[in-house]
Amino acid sequence: MTTLYTTDHEWLRIEGDVATIGVTDYAQSQLGDVVFVELPKVGRSLKKAEAAAVVESVKAASDVYAPISGDVLEVNEELAAEPALVNSDAAGKAWFFKLKIADKSELDGLMDEAAYAKHTA
Amino acid sequence: MLARDESPLLHTPLHALHVARGGKMVPFAGYEMPVQYAAGVLREHQHTRSAAGLFDVSHMGQLALRPKSGKVEDAALALERLVPQDIVAVAPGRQRYAQFTNPDGGILDDLMVANFGDHLFLVVNAACKVEDEAHLRAHLSEACVIDSLADRALIALQGPKAESALSKFCADVSAMKFMDSSPRKVAGFDCFVSRSGYTGEDGFEISVPAEHAEALVTALLENSDVLPIGLGARDSLRLEAGLCLYGHDIDTTTSPVEGALEWSVQKSRRTGGARAGGFPGAEIILAHFEKGASRRRVGLRPEGRAPVREGAVLFADATSAEPIGKVTSGGFGPTLNAPVAMGYLPSSLTASGTQVFAEVRGQRLPLQVAPTPFVPNTYKR
Repeated sequence: MTTLYTTDHEWLRIEGDVATIGVTDYAQSQLGDVVFVELPKVGRSLKKAEAAAVVESVKAASDVYAPISGDVLEVNEELAAEPALVNSDAAGKAWFFKLKIADKSELDGLMDEAAYAKHTA
Repeated sequence: MLARDESPLLHTPLHALHVARGGKMVPFAGYEMPVQYAAGVLREHQHTRSAAGLFDVSHMGQLALRPKSGKVEDAALALERLVPQDIVAVAPGRQRYAQFTNPDGGILDDLMVANFGDHLFLVVNAACKVEDEAHLRAHLSEACVIDSLADRALIALQGPKAESALSKFCADVSAMKFMDSSPRKVAGFDCFVSRSGYTGEDGFEISVPAEHAEALVTALLENSDVLPIGLGARDSLRLEAGLCLYGHDIDTTTSPVEGALEWSVQKSRRTGGARAGGFPGAEIILAHFEKGASRRRVGLRPEGRAPVREGAVLFADATSAEPIGKVTSGGFGPTLNAPVAMGYLPSSLTASGTQVFAEVRGQRLPLQVAPTPFVPNTYKR
């Protein structure tokens, strides 16, 4: 299992040909108190960089982009019911959706943990 | 506009205190202001509703209108040429909400006017204060000396514990009623204290000489009931209280009647009143009183969980192509644990419970017209 990161502050946990996607702890600290999360429909075919989900704090709405292309296999209903999970456990319980990876070569441009730590330093 | 955008951000006298207390600083109306502190917007909001919140609003404009005749009534009569409110009737020690109107019947700014016995004290919005001062100088200079009180800070102490917190430094505040306003000593400093605010809670607004602002705020924050609150919670608190944000919910294109601010225009200034009209745009505004306006500001409660924010276009139903209005303020109301909004609708669709739809990210979301305030206010009348 590998975890990769995007410059838009998303994380991807890669297991075989499935990527679980969420936003990073750095992202949640910038967003502030999250009060609403909108998730994509299961079965939706996402293109890389397409707006896939929405996360809203008291003050503002932000898009979560698909970091890679793929079909949505599963979404985190628990997160939709309890958006504050983004603040309390961004890297764990607050995963957003799982994608069936369409093109593994799209993973090449993403950062590993050390590179992401540098990016947010 | 360009010149203003390029100029460096101004600091209030409390800037260093905000930074020292972990304020997340953002640009706002030309100032660098705290949008939140470490507690975050939700907790700051809830703390203000349950205990007391302390806000720095020193970016706002403070002005004195001193009558050249020495009679405060002359300053009041002069100011009535610019606002549709009865200022003459504001008794010494009292304050009233007002609007500067324009010849089209729109609103140039909204403000507070207090009678300090020998002069009037005005508090105006930060983004409008330069224009407001010029407006006052252009129209009232023959009757009044207009003093910009730029050497004063302004703080707000709001919430159910505000009175007990302020009582430690100002003995007689418990006798004040909502919208009382007068000069008083607070912690030994020469302050102006009013029992008012922008949260829907009981509370106070305190004008303090800039050089004493940090000492006063530091003293108030020693009380564990009092937390510093940023602009984020200030906005969610005023939205739940159904209070207008100038430049968003009211502006130069909305009349006081369209803005649902009829309550703020006294009978003496309306048709048939003792001093009817005589303010910019009177013909249009008084016609709105008599015949109604075609649109009106209303409270809106989204039926779902998704916040519906400023700018969202409103429709009569889920499919029609014709927009009927727009959301002017919207977000999440932490006290209600639900989204809340305000916006303009045709007057025929403003009854409470009327369902309308907002377009958000390509979807039509249902909302209901709802009475404001969304959260009952707790003013000490």
